[in-house]
Amino acid sequence: MTLLEADHVGFAYRGGKPVLEDVSLAVEPGRNVALVGESGAGKTTLLRLLLGLARPTSGVVKFDGQPLTRGRLRDYRRAAQAVFQDPYSSLDPRHTVGRIVAEPLRGLGLGADPARIADALDAVGLPADAASRYPHEFSGGQRQRIAIARAVVCHPRLLLADEPVSALDLTTRVRIVDLLSSLNVERNLTILLVSHDLGVVASLCQQTAVLERGRLVEQGDTASVLGAPSHPYTRKLLASVPRLPG
Amino acid sequence: MSLLTVEGLSIRNSSGAALVSDVSFAVAPGDRTGLIGESGSGKSLSALASVGLLPPGLTATGSVRLDGVDMIGAPERRRTGVRGRVASVVFQEPLTALDPLMTAGRQIAGPLRRFQGLKGEALRTAVRVALEEVRLTDTERIGKAYPHQLSGGQRQRVAIAMALACRPRLLIADEPTTALDVTVQAEILDLLDRLVDTHGTALLFITHDLPVVAKVARGAHVMRMGRIVESGPIIDLIARPSDPYTQTLVESARRFDAALGGAEGDSSGS
Repeated sequence: MTLLEADHVGFAYRGGKPVLEDVSLAVEPGRNVALVGESGAGKTTLLRLLLGLARPTSGVVKFDGQPLTRGRLRDYRRAAQAVFQDPYSSLDPRHTVGRIVAEPLRGLGLGADPARIADALDAVGLPADAASRYPHEFSGGQRQRIAIARAVVCHPRLLLADEPVSALDLTTRVRIVDLLSSLNVERNLTILLVSHDLGVVASLCQQTAVLERGRLVEQGDTASVLGAPSHPYTRKLLASVPRLPG
Repeated sequence: MSLLTVEGLSIRNSSGAALVSDVSFAVAPGDRTGLIGESGSGKSLSALASVGLLPPGLTATGSVRLDGVDMIGAPERRRTGVRGRVASVVFQEPLTALDPLMTAGRQIAGPLRRFQGLKGEALRTAVRVALEEVRLTDTERIGKAYPHQLSGGQRQRVAIAMALACRPRLLIADEPTTALDVTVQAEILDLLDRLVDTHGTALLFITHDLPVVAKVARGAHVMRMGRIVESGPIIDLIARPSDPYTQTLVESARRFDAALGGAEGDSSGS
């Protein structure tokens, strides 16, 4: 069954031009999906709709085949978690890492069991004693690991990741992409990745959807979308990627 | 003779910790050199020290000569005379590099008035020419616009126009495309490439991105933890990295590049 689905979704601010128009996108279990596009394309807006943080002005967002209503948000939060771009602003500097990672457990009333926190830290390759330390003691890459630990602590099925590696150095980026790949396999975690980095997209996602000015202009298997793009905008994106010489 | 010669440059913070250690490199007139490194490698500090613009609290030792002027020891007045005229800088984030309270036109007019003594109609014409040179259309509107009214790419073009307005002999570009979308990045790299080519401007390009630097520079220095670990033509650094860190960097870049496979990317080197 489809895990998460945008069914002819549109979004506009009151009195404004539509930010998203007629967007249909399906996330199947186990198949990571990349949402690609440039600033202003509507990637983040679509992600907010998919997270249930905003409601579409037309169309419907479905989770497990059923419309994502207010009443189902609690179940949805347990099944879907998020990671954001900036690991500096997404972690509360005054809280210990343990408390940060336990946030979803407390929010969902699951109880902040230290074993679950240790398990989540272990899953992202951080030592258990990280729990008693503070975010400023960690590098950018480690902070992103903390954010991922927080996201996976309640064993979600879906991870919505908004540019999770674009603020990181190249070598760190490789390690975080590897971590996300291993979580995908080992924890049955399906990832919806918002990214403008096509190299990262090709490394992590089986499916790719290209968003341009609020519309999905192309979607399908990553290999075919990036290997044989049919839409001019996808071709332009690909042609703009600087490649290694030789 | 080199336009910029950095020899044995070390930079320390107020508590004495070394941020840059014994860095040496040179940029000849018309040359294009890359400084490659990740955050904390000291690449940006080395570039800032090259124009004598280190943040307060940091001290530099060693020798930095820009067009013959000692950028560490010379009085501020002499160093100011070199900045803008001999060398200018384009930074990563044009929104913070530009003055939010000043129109784009006035910001570009600043150095033109100061260094070339232009005013009145001649100044207005020079500003328009500078905007046209960075391929901005609708120069009338953009000249009157404040930074927040421009897109990221337009802002970076304005910053480049400002940096190149007085025809410096060296342009220092510190991650000038990192904050931009990939299609805009391609346009800005292309623009920089053509402008420094047209005017014979030397380029010191600072980045963490190997494929990006390969498009605009020929030689590069790889920095890590405040030191240069390897130098050479970029083609060779990528094909045969000898330092372990350079190898990791190249492997990482190859990972994402290989994932894109034979996709119809732009593989033209410099």
